[in-house]
Amino acid sequence: MKRYDLIIVGAGPSGLSAAIEAAKRGLNVVVFDENEKPGGQLFKQIHKFFGSKEHRAKVRGFVIGKQLLDEAAEAGVSVVLNATVIGLYQDKEVVVKMGEEIKHYKADAVVIATGAAENMVTFPGWTLPGVIGAGAAQTLMNLHGVLPGKRVLMLGSGNVGLVVSFQLLQCGCEVVALVDAAPRVGGYGVHAAKVARTGVPFYLSHTIVEAEGDDCVKGVTIAQVDEKFDFIPGTEKHFDVDTICLAVGLSPMSQLLKMAGAQMEDNPKRGGQVPICDEYGRTSIPGVFVAGDVSGIEEASSAMIEGRMAGVVAAEYLGYTDEETMQSELEELEKALDGLRQGMFAPKNRGKAIEKTEEGIDISQNLLKNGYVADDEIERFPGVTHKKGVHPVIECTQNIPCNPCQDACPKKCISIGSNITSLPIVVDNSECINCGMCVASCSGQAIFLVDEDCGDGTATVTLPYEFLPLPAEGTKGIALGRSGKEVCEATVVSVKSAKAFDKTNLLTMRVPKEYAMTARFFKVM
Amino acid sequence: MADRIDEHPILGALEKGQIVRFTFDGKEIEGYEGEPIAAALKAADVMIHRYTQKEHKPRGIFCAIGRCTDCVMIVDGVPNVRTCITPLKAGMVVKTQYGVSAEPFDKQ
Repeated sequence: MKRYDLIIVGAGPSGLSAAIEAAKRGLNVVVFDENEKPGGQLFKQIHKFFGSKEHRAKVRGFVIGKQLLDEAAEAGVSVVLNATVIGLYQDKEVVVKMGEEIKHYKADAVVIATGAAENMVTFPGWTLPGVIGAGAAQTLMNLHGVLPGKRVLMLGSGNVGLVVSFQLLQCGCEVVALVDAAPRVGGYGVHAAKVARTGVPFYLSHTIVEAEGDDCVKGVTIAQVDEKFDFIPGTEKHFDVDTICLAVGLSPMSQLLKMAGAQMEDNPKRGGQVPICDEYGRTSIPGVFVAGDVSGIEEASSAMIEGRMAGVVAAEYLGYTDEETMQSELEELEKALDGLRQGMFAPKNRGKAIEKTEEGIDISQNLLKNGYVADDEIERFPGVTHKKGVHPVIECTQNIPCNPCQDACPKKCISIGSNITSLPIVVDNSECINCGMCVASCSGQAIFLVDEDCGDGTATVTLPYEFLPLPAEGTKGIALGRSGKEVCEATVVSVKSAKAFDKTNLLTMRVPKEYAMTARFFKVM
Repeated sequence: MADRIDEHPILGALEKGQIVRFTFDGKEIEGYEGEPIAAALKAADVMIHRYTQKEHKPRGIFCAIGRCTDCVMIVDGVPNVRTCITPLKAGMVVKTQYGVSAEPFDKQ
């Protein structure tokens, strides 16, 4: 039986991160993954990540995936693919299925980084071809370049539902509605707003009554639900669709830990059956560690830090590093992780209805109910200011741990301060040079450059634009408001695509000046 | 191959293997070598991968990552092949699965 110092199960963000830290400290490490390619779900993540520099904020997920693989290769980590770990037995015997073979390995320490699986929800017709997981949609379009459908209804307004809806729009699908049984949008407001402004209607307190079709999905009926989640008769709405995407949460894949006899708990805040572990991933079994979604559903950014922690504690467990060194390294990692676990969407706030921002400003209720900040709500947020000439308008209205905008501006026009979740403010008397770096750096696509009065009765609005084809200069179209409704005619002044913008094109449109503060998207006619 | 994304605003043009031919229920279809069989079928508008044993209900792609087994088909004579994670090769013979058979129920 082949032996390793450390066997890691799962080559996603947390498993690879654990492997890198352990290998750097001299451990003989192998990572098993059931998939054909490493990286877990990172290569399907095409949006820019939130956080700060140390969390690789404003870098797109698939780029982080590539960086992680390079780092793993450099550290000498061996990753075995098409290798499904089917058993974790006494004394850390790991049983792996590779093709038609079953192989046995022995390790002195094990890190379980198996991630999570998508939840499902049942309704009449849910088994029809055309009803797919949101993850399936991501896999098809972002890995394999195949359209998941042409007309899609998305169920679920958490970050997965919002992000995947936007990705569907980016590859040319029509998203007819975004539906959630909950009364409030579950994901980041900025993710919701960038979907809503393209014209996708949100139906909160609604869910699917039935998927229609004989052989595959041809349509779907939704209806409003009351506070007990019972349908309200007479509220049914029908949509012709060929695809229904389900984005109704994730559950940790913790079966191996249960099998190994680790103490488990049912913890809804962490997403279901999870191992009981300390903050660094030590389970009840000495030498068995966990990292990433398997011990509680979070983001890839936090999974990577948890993975590094597990790698460090595994190294100390086997004597490759001393306790003192480990403690100081863990402190650093803990600081980074704490930074991500702040704000309204922090794990500790899950399920809470938050009424005010940290600054004491009323949260936009319209954002929670309809996916966009209403025109009469936007002015109360500190990033929304007025001045002569081009200036940034920052429509960031919830406290989330993210700050690339403050570093992006070469003129220091934008400030968040030392508290990463603070709402960005426009610095008084700062001079905007219309470079657009803030627009492109905002992972939430919430920054616009506005010249409210060009002197000829018009205004210009520069917005982030990640769609194809790029409209040419002079193209006439319609400006859509935050709600996605048409507000006025618009003409494209310019479309800038610099390398530093990383595929976020800057589209500048000219509108009548009375629409400077309401026109937020350009639709080609 | 109408349902392909030729150029993606973020990912650009995806790197693909070479075009190969395979058959689906006897019909010749093109796909890219190495992509999942299910992706090639989806691009060719094939929605139904199998019918369930008891109730003869259609099933297609559901999770697309090899977990749910909804997309299993008969590939080169072998039943229960998860098409969403099985790479396409030239000349593969892919058949709709009825229960666990390639024969429609009325012929079983």
